[in-house]
Amino acid sequence: MRFVDEYRDKDSAGALLDAIGRATSKSLKFMEVCGSHTVAIFKSGIRDMLPENISLVSGPGCPVCVTSVQDVDRAIAIAGLPGVTLATFGDMVRVPGSESSLQRAKAGGADVKVVYSPFDALTFAQSNPGSNVVFFAAGFETTAPTVAATLSRAVEAGTSNFYVYCVHKTVPDAMRALLDSPDLMIDGFLCPGHVSTIIGTAPYRFIPEVYSKPAVISGFEPLDILQSTLMMVEQIEEGRPEVAVQYLRAVSGEGNPKAVDVMYRFFQPSDSNWRGIGVIPGSGLELRDEYAAHDAMKAFDINTPEPREPRGCSCGDVLRGRITPPQCRLFAKACTPDNPVGACMVSYEGSCAAYFKYGRR
Amino acid sequence: MCVGIPGKVIEVEGRTATVEVGGATRLIALDLLEGVAVGDYVIAHAGFALHKVDEEEAQKTLDIIKEITDLAGGACAL
Repeated sequence: MRFVDEYRDKDSAGALLDAIGRATSKSLKFMEVCGSHTVAIFKSGIRDMLPENISLVSGPGCPVCVTSVQDVDRAIAIAGLPGVTLATFGDMVRVPGSESSLQRAKAGGADVKVVYSPFDALTFAQSNPGSNVVFFAAGFETTAPTVAATLSRAVEAGTSNFYVYCVHKTVPDAMRALLDSPDLMIDGFLCPGHVSTIIGTAPYRFIPEVYSKPAVISGFEPLDILQSTLMMVEQIEEGRPEVAVQYLRAVSGEGNPKAVDVMYRFFQPSDSNWRGIGVIPGSGLELRDEYAAHDAMKAFDINTPEPREPRGCSCGDVLRGRITPPQCRLFAKACTPDNPVGACMVSYEGSCAAYFKYGRR
Repeated sequence: MCVGIPGKVIEVEGRTATVEVGGATRLIALDLLEGVAVGDYVIAHAGFALHKVDEEEAQKTLDIIKEITDLAGGACAL
């Protein structure tokens, strides 16, 4: 596959590992924010091949994992409303809410439709004018512009039976919250690749400027991750923390201004509740007032009881990089991919699912 | 959710492109990207093209890595 295979070359991987080993003897801990990086790191075996003094810890960059229990409960409630179809990305359907999941609600008769794209939800609404279609809009800055563009098409076409239940979150704000956490000693961040395709480098500048740590935007192939690790190590050794782009083929410094424009035309920043972490101010998106006609929270009467977190679940500590999944007492015992207790095990890109699948021998 | 493997644009009609990834084709919306042409490689997510893969930049990355590999010499402990 073009633009993929070249970044998997074994000899080059060996050379990069050697270079990392020679570059520093310091003990360094880097956080890979993005769930896709966690999986990529496992699949390639990089975690085990890095020199002893360098470690990688997973962060909260899995949008499925950080959607709050209350938001899942509300999505289930929406799906149960008469005349409403809840359209959702497939990876959200097994996430446990307080009592149930979208998948179980669907089995019980709720109208839940899995879609690949928010656009598919819109075309379904247009073909089914008698149904109110609500799109469960989870995801970070990679996804929010696709939902905004879909809303733009809905407005253009005058599709009044299309709504969005917005639970989008923005990644740099969560990174800031992690850096402010007193017990977390992270020496640098491997920044998400495709979030950065949208937002560019500017939103990460606070990391070197305020916290004096490196931030490298990385691709997902083994050579990308290794080169990014080397770049962070070199920045530390040379005392020059900065935001750097390793993933040059997919990220430009300015990001995708068209996508950012449409995202902020429809959404504005809001506080957001990250599952396992709590409310991070300004870390979410909400629909602007002028689009209230498409806002599920305003259009429908959604009442859910006080949310209940699953007992014994340590997802919060895993998402913050405080513990590794095997250190959770439920891991691989009460909590498995077939029977997930917390969101980190449900999502294919959740740390716990990744550790379960790849990290055990 | 996020990993987008670059796909090749094989057809463009208005705001929709047909993109081929690993033998499978998919319709991708072009609302978020200007100037997409047949033959371009794009990164798509949730049914929308987000970025045109920059071939020069892709090669730049490989060149930097090659330099490191050359410096390391032939024998690698892998």
